[in-house]
Amino acid sequence: MTALSDVSTHAMASARWRISEVAFWVLALACAFLFPSRYLIMTDIVRLGLFALSLDLILGYAGIVSLGHAAFFGVGAYSAGLLALHGIINEPVIALVAAGLVAAVLGFLTSFLVIRGVDLTRLMVTLGIALLLEALAERFSDITGGTDGLQGIEMQPILGLFAFDMFGKTGLFYSLIVLFILFLFARRVVHSPFGLSLRAIRNNPLRAAAIGIPVNRRLIAVYALAAFYAGIAGALFTQTTALASLDVFSFERSADLMLVLVIGGTGYLYGGLIGAVVFKMLQELFQSITPQYWLFWIGLVLVVIVMVGRARIHRWVLFVPNLIIRQFAGRRAAVAMPEGDAP
Amino acid sequence: MTIALETRGLEKSFGGLRATRDLSLKVMQGARHALIGPNGAGKTTVINQLTGVLAPNRGRILLEGSDITGLAVHKRVLRGLSRTFQINQLYADLTPLETIGLAVSERMGRGGDWWRRMGTRSDVNAEIAEILSRFHLLDVMTELTSTLPYGKQRLLEIAVAIAARPRVLLLDEPAAGVPESERHDILAAVAALPRDVTVLLIEHDMDLVFSFADRISVLVNGGLLTEGAPDEVARDPQVRAVYLGEAADA
Repeated sequence: MTALSDVSTHAMASARWRISEVAFWVLALACAFLFPSRYLIMTDIVRLGLFALSLDLILGYAGIVSLGHAAFFGVGAYSAGLLALHGIINEPVIALVAAGLVAAVLGFLTSFLVIRGVDLTRLMVTLGIALLLEALAERFSDITGGTDGLQGIEMQPILGLFAFDMFGKTGLFYSLIVLFILFLFARRVVHSPFGLSLRAIRNNPLRAAAIGIPVNRRLIAVYALAAFYAGIAGALFTQTTALASLDVFSFERSADLMLVLVIGGTGYLYGGLIGAVVFKMLQELFQSITPQYWLFWIGLVLVVIVMVGRARIHRWVLFVPNLIIRQFAGRRAAVAMPEGDAP
Repeated sequence: MTIALETRGLEKSFGGLRATRDLSLKVMQGARHALIGPNGAGKTTVINQLTGVLAPNRGRILLEGSDITGLAVHKRVLRGLSRTFQINQLYADLTPLETIGLAVSERMGRGGDWWRRMGTRSDVNAEIAEILSRFHLLDVMTELTSTLPYGKQRLLEIAVAIAARPRVLLLDEPAAGVPESERHDILAAVAALPRDVTVLLIEHDMDLVFSFADRISVLVNGGLLTEGAPDEVARDPQVRAVYLGEAADA
């Protein structure tokens, strides 16, 4: 092979779909069909997964830490709620996009505060912005309904065809489709020169600027994009629950999101999705064992993850599936790679 | 001959320390110009001002006649001023392929493309292949930069700077820390830089300076001590006193 064809093959290799990825989505769809009694929790997971995907875009790729990502989730949630409540945009999909755009505008405006400074500054600034919005939402109760939240939201059928049902079936498939589309988009973006330049900035901002990357402009762009994603997640929350209350801005929501990424890992897009599944399942499990002390167990799991190392745990978890796959598909095949080994 | 890079009355102080004193420097087009000086003479401070990492307190910097004193780092790169770092500044989690690919994409104005996947532009790929092979990095192009031997990383450091296709290249101690066995590759890469690229070399290593440079400026305490052809500088008694004398002792 010539050097050129070698280069183009390898350059495109990372963007190629792997079997494990296809398996992941087939499995996700299968779950939606297999557990009809669990629509609500699965919708919850999908929403959290999308929200975590949003944080992964800025944390895992651009290296921007945030403790206030709920700001965009909340703005998306209230936007969707207000649009539906006042009948401004009745069609849910259009309302969803509109709510995402509102969050993106907020993301764009606040990005100028966030991109300056170091990690600690960013943590404080993002946290501050979320708290600020929560306070504002409480203060302007005539618009937001204050501590009662938005009451009496009635959702119209999606595209005028699919009505939301009381079991949450429509809600789940709707959320799943939205997640998949946004995931495809994110996947495209992170494998583009733009996405690669974000990783370069996270790795070494000094050198990134020294090869001509406009560092700030790229960070602003991805921050607004992530805000859009978080806004969509928030809007999905309102649309599938017909509810928007102050806790959409809460610190716990932002903090939980960090936990999700700690569990799932960052910088390979699936971390947020896998983390959301594990986090919600753990939450369910611990809540059923000890309703009052489930946070203790979550805390313990976190400490274990950090001490043992996520890559190692991933390798243990994937040991059996990989063993089986290799039996069928030869030595080199792998159903899934731990994030550290993935190219 | 035209001037590629020029400073006029450059001044930079850190608190009470005058790191750069009234420095006026002219680097001619196509030159192999070396900036030498003992430790702490302020060489890296000069580089950082030239590239825009530090803003001078006073004075001006001109690239091919136009004032770039207030320009952001990345904009100077797009104007044709590129650099290497004394201590490797690479992307630990990226491969040489990705590193060079990114630099080439940025130079072509394609770095902001968010829709097109990497590796789908044949003009970018061709240039990546050319640069990787020129710097003997083809065999390691898919390995993570952090796992490469130091000499290869050093080559990559120069290759990235070249991928920006500079007209003026600042080399900050290219051979620093490279083990003897890998040194030859670095020196060969430096010697093989295209002639139309103006090079300003900041270096400690006198062998490298005298084999490479056609003009030498000597920096002492942030100011210009003397400047001239290598043999003139080598004969200069002042230089011998402050610089070569010290080097001979070391």
